[in-house]
Amino acid sequence: MDTKRTTFNNRLLPYLLLAPQLAITLVFFIWPAAQAVKSSFEREDPFGFSTVFVGLTHYRRLFEDPNYLDALWRTAVFAVSVTILSMMLGLAFAAAVDRLARSAKIYTTLLVWPYAVAPVVAGVLWWFLFNTSTGLLPFFLERIGIRWDHDLNGTHAMILIIIAAAWKQISYNFLFFLAGLQSVPQSLIEAAAIDGSGPVRRFFTISLPLLSPTTFFLFIINVNYTMFDTFPIVDATTGGGPAQATTTLVYKVYQDGYVGLNIGSSSAQSVLLMLIVMLLTFVQFRFVERRVQY
Amino acid sequence: MFKKLSMAAIAVALSATSSLAATEVTWWHAMGGELGKKLEEIAQKFNESQSDYKVVPVYKGSYPETLTAAIAAFRAGQQPAIVQVFEVGTGTMMAAKGAVYPVYKLMADEGEPFDTKTFLSPVTGYYSDTKGNILSLPFNSSTPIMYYNKDVFKKAGLDPEVAPKTWKEVEEFSRKIVSSGAAKCGLTSAWITWVQTENLSALHDKPFGTLENGFGGVKSEFTFNGPLQVKHWANLKKWQDEGLFKYGGPVGGDQAATMFYSQECAITMNSSAGRAGVINNAKTFTPGFAPLPYYDDEIKEPKNSIIGGATLWVLNGKEKATYKGVAKFFSYLSKPEVQADWHQFTGYLPITNAAYDLGQKQGYYAKNPGSDIAIKQITRGTPSENSKGVRFGNFTQVRTIVDEEFQALLANKKDAKQSLDSAVQRGNALLREFEAANSN
Repeated sequence: MDTKRTTFNNRLLPYLLLAPQLAITLVFFIWPAAQAVKSSFEREDPFGFSTVFVGLTHYRRLFEDPNYLDALWRTAVFAVSVTILSMMLGLAFAAAVDRLARSAKIYTTLLVWPYAVAPVVAGVLWWFLFNTSTGLLPFFLERIGIRWDHDLNGTHAMILIIIAAAWKQISYNFLFFLAGLQSVPQSLIEAAAIDGSGPVRRFFTISLPLLSPTTFFLFIINVNYTMFDTFPIVDATTGGGPAQATTTLVYKVYQDGYVGLNIGSSSAQSVLLMLIVMLLTFVQFRFVERRVQY
Repeated sequence: MFKKLSMAAIAVALSATSSLAATEVTWWHAMGGELGKKLEEIAQKFNESQSDYKVVPVYKGSYPETLTAAIAAFRAGQQPAIVQVFEVGTGTMMAAKGAVYPVYKLMADEGEPFDTKTFLSPVTGYYSDTKGNILSLPFNSSTPIMYYNKDVFKKAGLDPEVAPKTWKEVEEFSRKIVSSGAAKCGLTSAWITWVQTENLSALHDKPFGTLENGFGGVKSEFTFNGPLQVKHWANLKKWQDEGLFKYGGPVGGDQAATMFYSQECAITMNSSAGRAGVINNAKTFTPGFAPLPYYDDEIKEPKNSIIGGATLWVLNGKEKATYKGVAKFFSYLSKPEVQADWHQFTGYLPITNAAYDLGQKQGYYAKNPGSDIAIKQITRGTPSENSKGVRFGNFTQVRTIVDEEFQALLANKKDAKQSLDSAVQRGNALLREFEAANSN
């Protein structure tokens, strides 16, 4: 690939051009992150009259707290389920739309729609659908012998937030997969078709491997989504219950810090969450990226 | 864009000129919907009654959101003069001595008349320090009562004018209702923590925690895993298994109201402030109102119930003139006419005896049967150490824990004793954390 290089003679200009972005990163990310690290070592009353340095107390407490360890495990289950579900469905829809000659645009528009919905609205929507006394779905589930009760049944509640969170993310995955599928060289597909391989085989041997960079990108994006952006969905549907069955790590940060005013512990949890995501991203780039073909 | 900016400039200029004329008193509150409109009306009437001060109410979201917003604002030096804090946040506010200007002191400093005796004693007791000084102004206080469906009672062959008085009767009536097919479930309840645990303990004169339920200081510990509470939780679980009781969800129990309105459940227990909602939603049946039931083998005469709702706290760091305005406004709020109006509109308790008397003189209670049940229930007898209220640090989180443990009980993961023991143990850990954060 040949690149056109523009050379700037001014030495300061590149820094100047980068400055706004750097300033924003500094003010909106580095600074708050540093604050979180600082307050994770302190114990403070809500009004901030007294601040005591307590070292690693908050971190030690967290690892001794069975509720925190449960939340860790629960978040893993939630993240994996949402990622797999939303990516598989996104890919399935993309493959289906890709095969359409006509009306592909209509389907694309309809499928992208949920992404425009605010997470909290998505949450409320599923909460309505699954409402135990007035919802539509429990009514039908009861007919096939399932008594839906996410107010008391932790598994039901978990399924509810997985569906709500995945539903919102399918659109995003769909768009990227569709773009990826449409950039698969037509000549390869045609050649395979002439050799006599059917659409299913063509999909798995040609399209899917060529989609690996897209899949890898989406994988990281989806994991980040489940870790951070799903907070409004949990808040609007289950409120972390019943009995903490849907309290994910990010929801626990909110519960302890915002509702409970325990700023120190909440900061320690944010720092841990940040470290977990950094670690995951690192592992993905270090080990998974090598298997990705471009 | 430019137009917007110039509009904003005009708005700023206007507010600047008006603040020259009158001292502004900001009031952060958590009253949405109809309640919020009524609250704004009160502020406006005060503003029209004089020209020196202007009370500016600002809606800040739910109770926890309002409290957190006020704390964050205080840390940034942008605090409002008055903030409405729900009863669960009382422990937090009391511990923050440097942030709060106690109401009794404010009124004395500003020379406004403020007689504690004119207020309902269970209400003021909740918000007073150990010396009996009121720290925050009671504004919207409520207490739980029982609501029942008279039509379902009739269908089940029960006398619709007779509400169950004891828990034994609640059980019998519910069984009759369910077995006769008059309704699918006998009873549900909002606020498992507040109604079925805190108020249950108070009604039966059993401690919820040590040191006068936390009134005596931050070293208190929870003790609500006693035989009475264990018995009651076990009963609720047993009734759930029999289909007599249906869970209404955590915190305020949103489902409880729905199940009562849709006539799925014949009885519900909820805040007296839910009365307006019941009247508005009970279109196809006649609702009945009654005091909370009790166990007659535990106590002959039940004690008073305890309150919920919120009070108004004054925050430090404002100018002298602002506090003068706050004091004037508080005097206005305590007037019998203002109080009676608010109480009759919302279903919250009248805060002063005078407001209650006024309602009687107006014939309000005679015209609206059942509207004085809450007042009678909360003022019966003399409040004991166990029935004057509960006050603990980190109490918002403790209530979440109680909800979680109750869910574990209903989901068959623990029995009543185990779940209450666990709630007490987890709650005590939070109390120790609160003590540590507030004693240095």
